[in-house]
Amino acid sequence: MSRTRKAVLGTTVLAGTVVLSLSLSACGKADMTKQSSPFAAAKGSKSVTLSVQTWVGAQSNVAVAKYLLEHKMGYHVDTVQVDEIPAWDALSQGRVDAILEDWGHPDQEKRYVKDKKTITAGGGNGVTGHIGWFVPKYWADKHPEVTNWKNLNKFAKQLRTSESGNKGQLMDGSPSYVTNDKALVKNLGLNYEVVFAGSEAAQITQIQQFAKQKKPFLTYWYEPQWLFNQVPMVEVKLPKYTDACAAKGAKDPTSIDCAYPTTPLQKFFNTEFAKKGGSAAAFLKNFKWTKDDQNEVSEAIASGGLSADEAAKQWVDKHPDVWKSWLPKK
Amino acid sequence: MSTASAPPAARRGLGADAPKAGPVKALLDRRGLAKLLLLAVAAAVLVPLLAAKYGAAWPSSLTVDVSGPLGRTSDWIINNRDSHWLFVYFLGHLSNAVVLSVRAVYLVLLALGWTGVTAGVTLLAWRVAGVRIAATALLSFLVSGALGMWVPTMQTLALMVVAVLASVVVGALLGLAAGLSDRLFRILRPVLDTMQVLPAFAYLLPVVLVFGIGVPAALLATVVYAAPPMARLTALGLRGADAGVLEAVSSLGATGRQRLLTARLPLARKELLLGVNQTIMMALSMVVIASMIGAAGLGDRVYQALASVDVGAALAAAVPIVLLAIVMDRTTAAAGARLGADSATGGPAWLRGWRAWAGIAAVTAVVALLGRLAGSLVWPGAWSVDIAHPVNDFKAWMVDHLYSGVPVIGGTADWAAHFTNWVLNPLRDGLTALPWYGTLLVVAALAWLIGTWRTALTAVLAMAAIGVLGVWKPSMNTLSQVLAALAVTLVLGFGVGILAAGSKRFEAFLRPVLDVMQTMPQFVYLIPVVALFAVGRAPAAAAAVVYALPAVIRITTQGLRQVDPAAMESARSLGATRWQMLRQVQLPLARPALLLAVNQGVVLVLAVVIIGGLVGGGALGYDVVTGLATGDLAVGLVAGVAIVCLGLMLDRVTQPTERRTTGKGA
Repeated sequence: MSRTRKAVLGTTVLAGTVVLSLSLSACGKADMTKQSSPFAAAKGSKSVTLSVQTWVGAQSNVAVAKYLLEHKMGYHVDTVQVDEIPAWDALSQGRVDAILEDWGHPDQEKRYVKDKKTITAGGGNGVTGHIGWFVPKYWADKHPEVTNWKNLNKFAKQLRTSESGNKGQLMDGSPSYVTNDKALVKNLGLNYEVVFAGSEAAQITQIQQFAKQKKPFLTYWYEPQWLFNQVPMVEVKLPKYTDACAAKGAKDPTSIDCAYPTTPLQKFFNTEFAKKGGSAAAFLKNFKWTKDDQNEVSEAIASGGLSADEAAKQWVDKHPDVWKSWLPKK
Repeated sequence: MSTASAPPAARRGLGADAPKAGPVKALLDRRGLAKLLLLAVAAAVLVPLLAAKYGAAWPSSLTVDVSGPLGRTSDWIINNRDSHWLFVYFLGHLSNAVVLSVRAVYLVLLALGWTGVTAGVTLLAWRVAGVRIAATALLSFLVSGALGMWVPTMQTLALMVVAVLASVVVGALLGLAAGLSDRLFRILRPVLDTMQVLPAFAYLLPVVLVFGIGVPAALLATVVYAAPPMARLTALGLRGADAGVLEAVSSLGATGRQRLLTARLPLARKELLLGVNQTIMMALSMVVIASMIGAAGLGDRVYQALASVDVGAALAAAVPIVLLAIVMDRTTAAAGARLGADSATGGPAWLRGWRAWAGIAAVTAVVALLGRLAGSLVWPGAWSVDIAHPVNDFKAWMVDHLYSGVPVIGGTADWAAHFTNWVLNPLRDGLTALPWYGTLLVVAALAWLIGTWRTALTAVLAMAAIGVLGVWKPSMNTLSQVLAALAVTLVLGFGVGILAAGSKRFEAFLRPVLDVMQTMPQFVYLIPVVALFAVGRAPAAAAAVVYALPAVIRITTQGLRQVDPAAMESARSLGATRWQMLRQVQLPLARPALLLAVNQGVVLVLAVVIIGGLVGGGALGYDVVTGLATGDLAVGLVAGVAIVCLGLMLDRVTQPTERRTTGKGA
């Protein structure tokens, strides 16, 4: 009885002392820029930490890089799921070593790459990204005029849902994604309400449901995306993207009235990792593939029911010619 | 034990004692009328003035724009994080200490291998809680391994061990202070009250900003969430110590410290252990939410699976979380029960005292060594079972057959649309259209009738703060979702609770179901509810109902069961039918429990409705997600504070306790 109590108390005291001594023993400067995960390299191996963003394309990059690093190069790879902007933060603090797919964050780039120099640009990953408004092909085939923004107001009635009230619904996804949709709807005078699905998972689920019932919908969406193989979609033409419009938007985001740009997707590395990361850093710098490659892996993960690791293995087995050139020369 | 496995319910229930009167009764008694009259007079004077000056929408002259200062704060933190002394000499060390401790525990777990960990935990459970729970533990760890989740389970376990230890230490210290000093007790009580109604979702952002994404931030958020029950129960235990015993000890000439160590703490051991139990449950419920800020382990697997709409994989990671929760809950609860009953620790001598601990260590070491010799530190891959595919097939079937076009009753999507059109929309529009001073008056009236003028003041100030922060409209939207989900939860919960109270067999059948519903991470519900109810506010409400239901059912059942049998007997002898007995005897007598259920329901529903921001719930939850995802302190923090205010207001309005009069209500 009393022994149990003493044991409980004893453990508590012991643990308290351990924690306390840990913090005291490290008196002096603590470098917040060198904060790795406690789970990294637990087996005493060489280790890399990659950040995974929530969309499946980003997961595919990481899955393939992870598979190759682990099976062909003897690294241990940890992955952390982080949203886009916090990922930049994590990269600068050294919590993750690399971002393999960035969709353009000029503010962050200025702060960390130019000013603080804690992050180094790693070049493109070979895929070009494009954001736009999309409608399902089965609907566009019936009403070809819907693919121009000028006609959208005529269709608003068909796109009403209980969330959008008496306006048409334009579905957006995760709040972390780059979007000007609210400004666009207002500046183009559209009778639409932007409804945020809140996460890509919710958005995909909803699109699949609409498609199953062959219902019309209008959604913010992007390429490359595996879902196009399941639910063919057609892009709605928005006013042409121009540099002048982009410059105006950079000053005041509420004034944007043109389409989204086409973005070659970029890789970014923690500066220290880029310098001292050895063959892993060299490998990730070489990592470059195509939209089709990425989609093949993405679809295997997201609708083929394979785990990320299985999907990566399948692709790696099929395309040795692509990845062999990424391996650093010894 | 069923209360112990109902963490949020139990934690609220512990602090709150029996309410004095229900709202209806309060309305009828004279003091209630007087209060209402006074408010009516105040309203008659104030409303025309306010209406003339400001109008119905929250006046912009009464709002404060905090985005400037918050933006500057966030920039300052990012720019100084690598150089300022606050970070370099204090927070940095804290962060390092967390990383080192978690890593140490993780390495030990890995070194033990799956054989060692399983054996160790099983033996430990056997020693402190008996054979049945040991068997549960053994089975749980084997299942976690078989699901292919061994490594994430160990990561989560390592994080939990450190988080629970830290929470227990912090909570116990706070509780000790509150238990020994009346002044500290008075200061601390409202702080702990507030911490308990805070939805964890609301304060992820500030923690992330300071510590960055990763384990230290996740661990600290967990400690903030999990320490209050420990503090509360420690204070409760110390204050509740038998005065006679304390006097006897003092008369023997014991010093204050001796008195604490030899009498007060030992007398409070039951509360202390219950505190540990509650802390563990709270910490585990944070596992998935903390993964949004990089906590790795099982929570991260759930979160990643959801991102690719893979319910099966999410479930495979959620099951070990549920199992961990059940094992830890049962073990600590049983240990607590044994502390109370001396004789229960019987059994052979080798099972007691230091020999038992040594035995456990020895056997664990041997088994770990055997595992190592057999060459499998991590769970052998060939022994894995795949549940993801069958689960996904089942989900697909469900969606195909239930989503729409079911004859007569319509599909789930139709229900969701009706619910949105007929309940959520009118409620939201009504609340938004209601003049702000009207809302404040209603809140004041409700809170005053149920509690004291202090309660009313807190509730009104909380609501006013929301207006001042300039988020009145989204807050009303969130409030409408909470109210709608609460109504559904209460109807279902009271109904099922009454049935369960009437039939022991039904209750026994219900118990494991409720256990699972309660420990299953809320995130796991999110994708299935979207698949069934389409994107929007309806799935958020549905997820909230599923999450809050178990607590309401449990409290209702318990309340009805505890009705004085004598009262029931006399009613029966008077020839009352079952329905009459329920309506006229059981329900009125169980009113305190029912009111507690309402209060619990409100707090739990709010916690999930805001997570519903991830599935299109919009409003405050969406703003918090936006803040987290874009590192925007101005959006995220303001929404977080508004959620906290909303929670405080809802808690006060539904909590019919006069806290001031309870001597030991910590």
